[in-house]
Amino acid sequence: MTDEPRMEDMPSVRGEVSNLKLVSRATYFKEAALKNLFLLCAFMAVAGVALIFVFVGYRGWPIFSEVGAGNFLFGMEWLPTEGLFGILPLFVGSIVVTVGALLLGTPLAVGAAVFLSEIAPPKVRSIVRPAIELLAGVPSVVYGFFGLLILRPIVADLTGGLGFGPLTAWIILAIMIVPTIATLTEDALHSIPGGVREASYAMGATTWQTISRVLLPAAKIGIVDAIILGMGRAIGETMAVLMVVGNAPGFFRGMGEPLSTLTSQIVMDMPYASGMHRTALFGMAIILFLVSMGLVLTVRLLSRLREETS
Amino acid sequence: MSHTLAEHQPGFVPTADPSVKIAVKGLDFYYGDFQALTDITCDIKDNSVTAFIGPSGCGKSTFLRCFNRMNDLIIGTKVEGLITLDGQDIYAPGVDPVDLRRRIGMIFQQPNPFPMSIYDNVAYGPRLHGMKKKAELDEVVETSLKRANLWKEVKDILGRGGLTLSGGQQQRLCIARVLAVQPDVLLMDEPCSAIDPTSVQKIEDLMAELKSSVTIIIVTHNMQQAARVSDETAFFLQEVMGEPAMLVEFGRTADIFTSPKDKRTEDYITGRFG
Repeated sequence: MTDEPRMEDMPSVRGEVSNLKLVSRATYFKEAALKNLFLLCAFMAVAGVALIFVFVGYRGWPIFSEVGAGNFLFGMEWLPTEGLFGILPLFVGSIVVTVGALLLGTPLAVGAAVFLSEIAPPKVRSIVRPAIELLAGVPSVVYGFFGLLILRPIVADLTGGLGFGPLTAWIILAIMIVPTIATLTEDALHSIPGGVREASYAMGATTWQTISRVLLPAAKIGIVDAIILGMGRAIGETMAVLMVVGNAPGFFRGMGEPLSTLTSQIVMDMPYASGMHRTALFGMAIILFLVSMGLVLTVRLLSRLREETS
Repeated sequence: MSHTLAEHQPGFVPTADPSVKIAVKGLDFYYGDFQALTDITCDIKDNSVTAFIGPSGCGKSTFLRCFNRMNDLIIGTKVEGLITLDGQDIYAPGVDPVDLRRRIGMIFQQPNPFPMSIYDNVAYGPRLHGMKKKAELDEVVETSLKRANLWKEVKDILGRGGLTLSGGQQQRLCIARVLAVQPDVLLMDEPCSAIDPTSVQKIEDLMAELKSSVTIIIVTHNMQQAARVSDETAFFLQEVMGEPAMLVEFGRTADIFTSPKDKRTEDYITGRFG
């Protein structure tokens, strides 16, 4: 006999080698339970959204059937106490506030993103990026407060009047959407392979030429994505807008003239509205719901487009 | 030579031999405190292919990137010594690295076309120079793609994205993109290591065709490739980890591969290390 170790003498790591083990009932049930738990979580999220839509739709529907979609959507006057439920001025107000905020905020945000991604040294970036992200976490009522106390007097000096109006709302909203647009744009720029930059510099392009001719076009879809999400944030923002926009439900008359938006009007009227007035507010909620759904769908469509082109 | 040397310009250094395109004298290179290259001196001949060989990490690519000052883009790098292009010091104060890079084109290991159409990729350089007329651009694009031996494959799909091409086609697109600005010198940093063998063949053929009008410097890990394509070969070596790399031997490719003067060169090309 030799001293060589033999396989049979080795302690078995698997216990009895004879039969393959069957899945135990306990394991089987645990797996199944977990799977269903996660399914339930996903279902609850979807169900929540669906429930809200059904509820809002149910409560708001009579405004379309009884007052009429035309009178509601295209009515020129919002005088609910006199039975006039035209939300066109409010809808226009929302659009004016949103578009103005985007025009102010987008260049700022894209510029910040370009700085962070292409120009800032790593140390500066590691401070500025979190600072911008922090802006997204500030409660909107704080923005509103800032707008009311600091910005409004300045705007009042500029435009005359009290400073309640779209200009103040534009500036506040522009600051609020910068984090959304800037971080998403920076991500889009960051996802461009480094070789592309190198190639451009090696062709004798300057930093500015590289940014404007190669990087921004390459990140185009990502940037549009970011702007649409910023738009969603701006159109849905309520508290900050409510505090500075003046809440006069008429058509847009000027940068310094009080205005109202769909969201701010809902909050203003909700405490006392009853009957058809209350129904009209739910109708406005339906419109907001559809608009933001449209924006999300557009973003989805764009990301699919991006996957196809890359 | 399409660019004659301007003797009144700053940094003019006369060279004895007019066939020398790039002259390097006593070059040291630093990444921060770490010295990567020491005391490199060599002459790159006009209208020839020069190969840089050596084990990984021996500074070949770093050296190559000194020629078009791509190392400038990395913070903390420092160059000492002299590099001249057509007798002019490329590191002299006041020399614009952007203009230098228009004369010295570069091809990278990973094909890196821009995420835009084939046409726009090739038209990129000319447009940077201010070329706007459609007819002129059309002609430059066609000529450059023809010189890069890619025209036949893409002439009907110029509007398609450059990234839709195969790896080898992408690399030739990058070559066309560089040729469109008519560089004097073409730096190739392991241009064939990320593409399929058929495309490698095409690119090697292309180098042979191009060298009548362009000075080519190629970094390669593949010694057979260096032997096949180059007229002159430089062997680099970092003998001790942490110490700077140096140029061990430089000479005609035929001599380096058949009768190397240095024992270390012989060991490397016969496969004893590296």
